[in-house]
Amino acid sequence: MSTPTRSKLMISTMLGAPSIRRFLPNGWDSDTASLVLKTAQARGPRGQVFVRGVEAFLLAIAVCFSLGAGTSSERYNDLSHRMMCTCSCSQLLGECNHVGCPSSGPMLRELSAAIASGATDKEILASFTAKYGATVLAAPTTHGFDLVAWVAPIAVFAAALLGTILLVRHWSIGRTAVAMQTADPTIDALRERIRRETDSGTNGGL
Amino acid sequence: MATFGSFALIIALALAAYNLLAGALALRWLATGQPAPISPERLADTARRAGIAGFLAVTAAAFALVYSVFTNDFSITYILEHSNRALPGPYKFAALWSGQEGSLLLWAWLLGTYGFVLRLTHKADVKLYAYAGTILAGIQVFFLSVVNFAAPPFALWRGAIPDDGNGLNPLLQYPEMVIHPPMLYLGYVGFSVPFAFALGALMMRYPGERWIKITRGWTMVTWLFLTCGIFLGMHWAYAVLGWGGYWGWDPVENASFMPWLTGTAFLHSVMMQEKKGMMKSWNVWLIFATFLLTLLGTLLTRAGLVSSVHAFAQSSIGSWFSWFMGFVLAVCVFTYILQRNHLKSDHHLESLVSRESSFLFNNLVLLAACFIILWGTLFPILSEYVQGTKVTVGPPFYNRVAIPIGIFLLFLTGVGPLLPWRSTSLRSIRRNFIAPTIALWATVIVCFAVGVNPWKGGEFSSGNFYALVAFAMSAGVFTAILSEFLRGGAVIAKQTGRNIVSATYLLMRRNTRRYGGYIIHIGVVIVVIGLAGAAFNRNVESEMSLHDKIHIGPYTLEQVGATQDSNPNFNSEYALLDVSKDGKKLFQMSPEKRVYLASSQPQTMVAIHSVPEWDLYVVYEGTNPDTGNPIIKAFLNPLVGWIWAGVVFIVFGTFVALVPSLSPSTAALRAPAVRPIPTEPALKGGD
Repeated sequence: MSTPTRSKLMISTMLGAPSIRRFLPNGWDSDTASLVLKTAQARGPRGQVFVRGVEAFLLAIAVCFSLGAGTSSERYNDLSHRMMCTCSCSQLLGECNHVGCPSSGPMLRELSAAIASGATDKEILASFTAKYGATVLAAPTTHGFDLVAWVAPIAVFAAALLGTILLVRHWSIGRTAVAMQTADPTIDALRERIRRETDSGTNGGL
Repeated sequence: MATFGSFALIIALALAAYNLLAGALALRWLATGQPAPISPERLADTARRAGIAGFLAVTAAAFALVYSVFTNDFSITYILEHSNRALPGPYKFAALWSGQEGSLLLWAWLLGTYGFVLRLTHKADVKLYAYAGTILAGIQVFFLSVVNFAAPPFALWRGAIPDDGNGLNPLLQYPEMVIHPPMLYLGYVGFSVPFAFALGALMMRYPGERWIKITRGWTMVTWLFLTCGIFLGMHWAYAVLGWGGYWGWDPVENASFMPWLTGTAFLHSVMMQEKKGMMKSWNVWLIFATFLLTLLGTLLTRAGLVSSVHAFAQSSIGSWFSWFMGFVLAVCVFTYILQRNHLKSDHHLESLVSRESSFLFNNLVLLAACFIILWGTLFPILSEYVQGTKVTVGPPFYNRVAIPIGIFLLFLTGVGPLLPWRSTSLRSIRRNFIAPTIALWATVIVCFAVGVNPWKGGEFSSGNFYALVAFAMSAGVFTAILSEFLRGGAVIAKQTGRNIVSATYLLMRRNTRRYGGYIIHIGVVIVVIGLAGAAFNRNVESEMSLHDKIHIGPYTLEQVGATQDSNPNFNSEYALLDVSKDGKKLFQMSPEKRVYLASSQPQTMVAIHSVPEWDLYVVYEGTNPDTGNPIIKAFLNPLVGWIWAGVVFIVFGTFVALVPSLSPSTAALRAPAVRPIPTEPALKGGD
């Protein structure tokens, strides 16, 4: 079987799985994907290596997705872990187990009844919040000021990451400029030799 | 004994104050060269001796409290509230830190002990040690002021003295509670020492980076204590609280974790300063932040600012800590501004893909994790201030925000050691990353094969997804570290003719710091595998009459008896459960519920059967009042034992890293001279 045909068959099979399809860009189908692979292959030996690599990757994913049996979700377990017990034990409702807890038992029964009544998760959480106050929710909501709780860590991390990358780039560019001014071919050759030789063993210690 | 203890504390405070004032004056005279009425060196030495005497005075006070507990001296309020006659001996000892006043006395005593060792070893660098000793004396003055005036442990009971005390909190009557708090305190208090050295070195414009080498041992030992303290706390929570978990993102847990994160960042980035003269300001602020976070943790939990299951230590001393933190921060900022030109880096990073930048990113991730935890801990206060209502920031928040960052950190743990210093060639990346990448993807496939599938049942499970990523990443990181050992070992084996095991041992001895660090990383990988197992926890709860059975995983639990017991300290009820697998009886478990007589408080005692695959964890939840039958909750918690095994690796790795490396001459002597050992730049690349 030629490579494009094999790829197309594999891709067609895989794209049939909804769990895979959700990760593809909009408008992608088996023809688009195989065209990409065909173009890559036409670029010579390197392209063929690329195609084989993609095939191996897809095969691995295909095998993975076909394994493992599914089970139904447990709303009760999920919701009881999204709320706190109100007895001041600071434990999740689903995990509060201290002897003689006056709150967790009735709350869990209430939760079971709410699920049985067909209420949605959102409705159940809203009814518990109305009854027990905002502190019954184990995490801040995603609206109003509570949203800040979620956004701030991501924003700070992203800003710090970006700042660090820019700083390192700034340093390396500055250093390159200095090195260009004081370029010495003998030193460059020596440096290259040192790098080559140190690359061949371990990487140097801490 | 109460009078003796109180006097000892006052004398200790006076000695610490003298140490601070005389030390500061002597160092000022030495720094400015001003003419002094007495020799500054002699004055500094009297300050040092006062510090040593202060340690003896605090020791006397701590002894007085312990003696009072053992002699049931209920005229002392603290003893009355935290002990009773029937309390077993080890727990009487633990009463020293079971309450506010005692734990602050323990803090002061540990600080005194650290200071004592530091002052005895001052000859390593007299001037730097004088600075550090004086700063430690300043911290000691604060803690001794608190125990003398705000939370006196020897305050007397007003009124008729009861025959017996209220007893120790039942949660604390567990063997680990005899070692967990002292370990944690050793970690908290220990960070005062590197803080004092860093601040002192900055104040005196210490030339070079030698102060880092001097403090390295202190920092590592402190970090080890804090690590052990945190994990012992986790094990205690797991074995005593009975909810099947070990980490609940409680504010007190967070308070201990934050300085650990910044301390870990410091231990990594300080190597950049030592080797390359880089990140000097960063390191100074990291250690300042670590010390401030130890104080913040104490403030958060003692001042009652945030609700916590560790509420047994709340009081009104929060304002003392607030003022002290403000003062320390002001001193740090002032000193930094004054001396910042002393902290200019000698070098800068050259490439985004290098060992240096991996350290930088490692620091970034650790600090981001610290910020997230601090943010989550303080957000309820902020929310109350801004919108008038308190919200809960519990495990779902941290799991969603902190776990991805933790996985990124694990990724850096694997990548960092594979990158050379300065910059990396593509060839080097290809060669070093092939094996870890194969291991990573092989693990993904194996995980899917055994059912670790994020899309199980057609719905995305974040728990399974994170577990899958954690397992795969762990395999990659482990392979990366192992390949570092094997590659280095192979080079030495080739040079010396030793076998690979012996060669790897020699490799470790030649560079204990580097390979000790790698062993710690292996420990972290094992811990992560254990933590990832939590995604697959399951439990079953049932009321069990005689011969009733419950099934969990491969086990069947049969109730074969429910009985009661009694001793002078507590009454207990417990169930006897025969555990069988495939119809064959394996062992018996007896989960228990106790009611402590002095406090009338109930407490569960969990029965745990641990094997490498999982823990069978059984809780006696109580009895049905109508039927009298026990209610049993059984958990099957996969891979929990790996967490504790990982800690053993971390401890071992830290000890290895603390052992001095063989000097080149000793190393040469120990290596059989099959062939002359050429200078091997790759093996001598680090320290």
